[in-house]
Amino acid sequence: MMHENWNGFKGGVWQDEINVRNFIQENYKEYTGDETFLAKSTERTDKLMEKVQALFKEERAKGGVLDIDTEHASSLTSYIPGYIDEENEIIVGLQTDKPLKRGVNPFGGIRMVRQACAAYGYKLSDKVEEGFMFRTTHNDGVFRAYTDEMRAARRSHVITGLPDAYGRGRIIGDYRRVALYGVNHLIAQKKADKAAMASGNFNTETTRQTEELFQQITFLGFMKEMAAMYGCDISEPAKNAREAIQWTYFAYLASIKEQNGAAMSLGRVSTFFDIYIERDIANGVLTEEGAQELMDDFVIKLRVARHLRTQEYNELFGGDPMWITEAVGGMGEDGRSLVTKNSFRLLNTLYTLGSSPEPNITILWSTALPESFKRFCAKVSVDTDSIQYENDDLMRPIYGDDYAIACCVSAMKIGKQMQFFGARCNLAKLLLIALNGGYDTSSEMHIGPQMSVIEGRTLNYDTVMKRFDKYIEWLMHLYVNTMNVIHYMHDKYAYEKTQMALHDTDVERFMAFGIAGLSVVADSLSAIKYAQVRPIRNTNGFIEGFETVGDFPKFGNDDDRVDLIAKDMTHRVITELRKTPTYRNAIHTLSVLTITSNVMYGKNTAATPDGRGDGEPFAPGANPMHNREENGALASLNSVAKISYDDCRDGVSNTFSITPDTLGANDEERYGNLVSILDGYFAKMAHHINVNVMNRETLLKAYENPEEYPNLTIRVSGYAVNFNKLSREQQREVISRTFHEAM
Amino acid sequence: MKIHSIQSLGTLDGPGVRFVVFLQGCHLRCKCCHNPDTWDITKGKDMTPEELASRAARYKEYFGKEGGITVSGGEPLLQAKEVFELFSLCKSNGINTCLDTSGSVMNDDVRKLLSVTDRVLLDIKYTNDVDYRENVGCSLSPVLEFLKTLDERSVPTTLRQVIIPTLNDTEENVKALKEIRNTHSCVDSVELLAFRKLCETKYQSLGIPFPLADTPEPTKEKMAELKNML
Repeated sequence: MMHENWNGFKGGVWQDEINVRNFIQENYKEYTGDETFLAKSTERTDKLMEKVQALFKEERAKGGVLDIDTEHASSLTSYIPGYIDEENEIIVGLQTDKPLKRGVNPFGGIRMVRQACAAYGYKLSDKVEEGFMFRTTHNDGVFRAYTDEMRAARRSHVITGLPDAYGRGRIIGDYRRVALYGVNHLIAQKKADKAAMASGNFNTETTRQTEELFQQITFLGFMKEMAAMYGCDISEPAKNAREAIQWTYFAYLASIKEQNGAAMSLGRVSTFFDIYIERDIANGVLTEEGAQELMDDFVIKLRVARHLRTQEYNELFGGDPMWITEAVGGMGEDGRSLVTKNSFRLLNTLYTLGSSPEPNITILWSTALPESFKRFCAKVSVDTDSIQYENDDLMRPIYGDDYAIACCVSAMKIGKQMQFFGARCNLAKLLLIALNGGYDTSSEMHIGPQMSVIEGRTLNYDTVMKRFDKYIEWLMHLYVNTMNVIHYMHDKYAYEKTQMALHDTDVERFMAFGIAGLSVVADSLSAIKYAQVRPIRNTNGFIEGFETVGDFPKFGNDDDRVDLIAKDMTHRVITELRKTPTYRNAIHTLSVLTITSNVMYGKNTAATPDGRGDGEPFAPGANPMHNREENGALASLNSVAKISYDDCRDGVSNTFSITPDTLGANDEERYGNLVSILDGYFAKMAHHINVNVMNRETLLKAYENPEEYPNLTIRVSGYAVNFNKLSREQQREVISRTFHEAM
Repeated sequence: MKIHSIQSLGTLDGPGVRFVVFLQGCHLRCKCCHNPDTWDITKGKDMTPEELASRAARYKEYFGKEGGITVSGGEPLLQAKEVFELFSLCKSNGINTCLDTSGSVMNDDVRKLLSVTDRVLLDIKYTNDVDYRENVGCSLSPVLEFLKTLDERSVPTTLRQVIIPTLNDTEENVKALKEIRNTHSCVDSVELLAFRKLCETKYQSLGIPFPLADTPEPTKEKMAELKNML
């Protein structure tokens, strides 16, 4: 197939099949130079950004939500076109008719929408209420099927944060397909896929798939209508860089109008855009300044994306995140890096527009990346604390060179794989429930297998482990079953037709489980093994605290005695999970990632044998517990690096905070040292790291005088947030974390 | 060997990212000492050079082109024999070695140690004998002898000095440093470090009076001014 809008591109199999990777490989130009070519923001961009900053200020002043449209249920064509400043926008399209005005999305659950509206002083309109009066939502479906035990697990918080009351997200459409092929071609392809099914046997799976294809085709049509409302015809391939960015953005915008998934990630678009930008520059129709302006405007749109959330949700995922994760860099299978000038331009938006948590820029790090790019990334980290790093050398052999990151750390081949998101279970609480023979002192609930409270004046490691294994076996079976219910119902009542239309029809699925409290459990078991842990029993005979005598190895000091307990724990969990079959034969995966929910998980967990007090926060993700590290930062990194990615294919998150003075004597040394640290950490086969280069004092000042630090961005577990958007409790937890500093 | 502590991420004691071992024991009593807890040679934790070398090797991936191991103290020259063993093991494993010392000890063990030392960070403290005797408690001449040995053996050396207001924050002092740099071929760089009082709590917990409790930290401007003179 040929199209005039492809003139100047090198051909390949991408013309005969939907294959964006092949298009990129045939056409991209690797860039190995430094950042000196970059342009500054234009006057137009500055003016537009001023308007956006003013809107952000207003939004903060109104308690975090600027406005809500309660009259329409959000979908692709529900709202009239919205603009920030119509004459001065290069890339157009908003979720509703006004910037930062949030739509309501009742498909996941009408009750949550009502609550969220009420929390900000709004009332859901009768029109929307009536529209959903006889309609089953995802939330309705889940609670119809939940067993008593599933409800109890949820209520006791041993499994929490499940996407049964909000959209599951973590699905990345291959938004680039719209730019490269145009929507008409995508519709034709999906129609052909649907027709091809006619000759096979019809059963549950195939019938469901044909219906899904119908929905996908319908919503691709709506996507065209939506773009037409903004005066754009996206039926055909994009003919220049502006159109490529605009078409791709429309595809993303359609997805976030249709779905309010927890993480609505972008994928890997910057090097794809670079091909169009290079063509335009070669044709003399675009300058460097113009290219930066296009990227700036695109990123502004991403920065104003919003979803309406309930208070309960904000407790789990603090800071109003969207997880518009964009993967940058990485190596190609042919040995060239995928770094282009546009990788630099995307990072440059943190200077042209100022630092920001969104989009969630994720560097796919390889030791083989061009040195000048590595140095620039390090500089951006030191200057803005806005980016994270993941190990391309670890993921590329598994996912190839056209994968992206959903949410924080979940890798998937773009357009070929998706995941069923599953929040996390509280491993520390499970240990306490096991010790108490099926009783949770925090929620005062009997849950799990009922047996006697563990006996003895001091806890015996082998006895505890034997007991713990039984409870792991119980919970993991329940966890998989609960997830099966949730995702069956999500597919049934809130299927992501827009995003799935931008996937191959035959898609591979992951089911992503998670654990919270890994370092608490590792240290607790280490205490039981190497020190004397004496349970304190209440009048009913239940253990409600511990007296720990003697020292014990603590996770985060590069000490195998405890680090291997942590590693082994993840292995036990995933092994147990794999024993229960999943909905749609999804592949079981596991993450050690908490977002900001480590605070909430800790709040609902009684005192643990490691010395952590009742209700105290856990460390985030796979981080060692705060202030238990005695040998400095690299020892802590080495401990986390021991957790195996084979067991935790959904990612192992580590958040690293270091003071500038500890990182090096001057900026140039800091960049060099950060590059060395990243090279070293990833050579150890570690998976992910968030880097904050800042002083605790800055956070303390921002805690006291938030108005003076409106744009302070920090990395938390797997994403970045505006510090001021965290709850006071979450802020205090961030402040109490270990800041690596040398005396 | 007697060690005080390990810092797995050192970026200020030698080039690049470094694994820093602080040894226990020091015979000097510098007024500005920020590690009084390393003085007593009878304290500290016992580790063999082999154990330390294998610990350091766990961080090899982080060292990049420039980094490596730094042995500091305390005064590492008091355990020169063991440090020699440690450095020999590190070097055979391709790890760069760096010695942070006052340079106040010279004997056969020290000479041997210098043969496996890739860089010396020489903490010169004071540039004249009077000040040295007054604030360190002994003569400067062994340190100058040490520098001569470094010259003979061409050991790349960074000259370091902690700048302490009223004691050595003068133009005259910087001139003397320049003079040392220019007359010793081993010296390829000079670093001025600001005197810091973070160590006060250590003195308190040890029950030792901090001699410079009333001395202020140098200002940023002063540090910049002195660095400019270099």
